Amino acid sequence: MAVETHLMRKFLNDPAAVVKESLAGLAAAHSDLLRYDVANQIIVRKDAPKKGKVALISGGGSGHEPMHGGFVGVGMLDAACPGEVFTSPVPGQMLAATKAVDGGAGVIHIVKNYTGDVLNFKLAAEDAADEGIKVTSVVIDDDVAVQDSLYTAGRRGVGATVLAEKIAGAAAEAGGDLAKVTDIVKRVNERSRSFGVALSSCVPPASGKVIFELPEGQIELGVGIHGEPGRRRAPLGSASEVVDVMVEAVLSDLKPKQGTKVLAFVNGMGGTPLLELYLVYGEVDKKLRKAGVEPVRNLVGSYITSLEMAGASLTLLELDEELISLWDARVHTAALRWGI
Amino acid sequence: MDATTISSWMREIEASVRAERDHLVQLDAAIGDADHGINMTRGFEAVVQALGADNGSPPGRLLIIAGRTLVSTVGGASGPLWGSALRAGGRVLGDQTTFDSAQLVEVLSAALASVKDLGTAALGDKTMVDALEPAVETLKARIADGEPLAQALDAAAAAAEDGMRGTIPLQARKGRASYLGERSVGHQDPGATSTALIIRGLQRAVSSES
Ligand SMILES: Nc1ncnc2c1ncn2[C@@H]1O[C@H](COP(=O)(O)OP(=O)(O)OP(=O)(O)O)[C@@H](O)[C@H]1O
Ligand SMILES: [Mg+2]
Repeated sequence: MAVETHLMRKFLNDPAAVVKESLAGLAAAHSDLLRYDVANQIIVRKDAPKKGKVALISGGGSGHEPMHGGFVGVGMLDAACPGEVFTSPVPGQMLAATKAVDGGAGVIHIVKNYTGDVLNFKLAAEDAADEGIKVTSVVIDDDVAVQDSLYTAGRRGVGATVLAEKIAGAAAEAGGDLAKVTDIVKRVNERSRSFGVALSSCVPPASGKVIFELPEGQIELGVGIHGEPGRRRAPLGSASEVVDVMVEAVLSDLKPKQGTKVLAFVNGMGGTPLLELYLVYGEVDKKLRKAGVEPVRNLVGSYITSLEMAGASLTLLELDEELISLWDARVHTAALRWGI
Repeated sequence: MDATTISSWMREIEASVRAERDHLVQLDAAIGDADHGINMTRGFEAVVQALGADNGSPPGRLLIIAGRTLVSTVGGASGPLWGSALRAGGRVLGDQTTFDSAQLVEVLSAALASVKDLGTAALGDKTMVDALEPAVETLKARIADGEPLAQALDAAAAAAEDGMRGTIPLQARKGRASYLGERSVGHQDPGATSTALIIRGLQRAVSSES
């Protein structure tokens, strides 16, 4: 049951320094993979720039760890630009990252669809083009909880971001050119859909207060990753009932054909233990098979989080043979590593 | 009006967004992500610092420096939007050392055009445009009618405040608040609220000069 508190219980020295101190810790823990450029507040792959390799950068507000700094390394991102907690980074960070990783083959900006991220990356891409760097941008928008219409800012970018970074990172590592790797990012985005559920709100360190109050026994359906309220509130049912809502929301939008192979990503929001995430995965697996969809790959864990929010999101990605082999390829980052 | 007007305007904004920081955060918590007051305070503190270090630049340059500083320190949606707005306004003045009421109208019109161009929001979308556009239109009309500047700016600030309150019944169609759909109705837009502070700050900066 969600327990809300107004008291902030966090490991902090100075709330204003939380991002910088956390990045310094990330770099201390993983100096074999990455370095922290303090002046520009960016995380850069240790051996960047890689000559002739297409480079991938991403960025966004902090508070979603391990995204994105934890995905910098071999077979994934070349740099990450972390903003303040839940606030988009600034164009200067993105430009510095772009310059730091450009190995001559071009740089891809993977942008989650939030107004702040989109506007800041847009200004950065213009600056990079002025400096003669080839940049492509792909906006990730997989969240089916938001209607994609003229009356909204469009669907949010959530779980598909992690999958796109991994899969396109493998394509870049394998020598794909800028057009090819950009297409892979787009393909992953087009074939992914997500839906999130929150069992509690979260507490940004700078304000020290929960973003929203959730009454006892209630959950938020269709939440994003910034502790923002979702589209509607509902009573907390059994795990099976909640997963029914998530699977139905994703499948009814993705509309996979019978027998489609998918990657099922059950993501924790930060405050939900793996014990429950695997329980959720078990339900997802069962319900997908019953619906005639085959989860041939999966990812279970807290990879795109919302501080200490309790909750989970489901992302489904329709796979083909190429995407499967790129997913299986070697990755060596702080948060994802296999094949090493 | 001259460079001093711009510096004192920026100081007025800094003081008022800092005083209203928690209120802006609360408004953003209801329909966004609870960072607007923090973003604006961080940005305008940096602007005041940057202008404090400046040696005698003309007013247009100061606006451009302020805009650049916002772009490079704020992040979020409001950083690029207000940053581009102030840069566009500054470009109108070029290198002149003084400017008059008619030119102030041009500065603010350019700022509004830049926000609408970058953010593609229209009146009624429940954004900062709902406070900025009525303020600019009111100022333009009053100055054209020959009203004294201090009075016209007071009317413009009041129009921004009306526009700000007018966002309460609206359903958001841009920015983070649009994700809430109908649940965004009944809340005042944080960006429109800080915009009203920005126009009120201009009125104070100008009236303290005369
Ligand atoms: N497209 C837009 N055009 C004009 N104003 C906008 C637009 N999108 C958002 N805004 C304004 O920005 C305000 C929110 O600014 P804020 O500083 O909180 O950024 P944010 O949306 O939280 O950014 P981020 O997503 O990076 O955190 C809203 O209240 C609204 O007035
Ligand atoms: Mg905000």
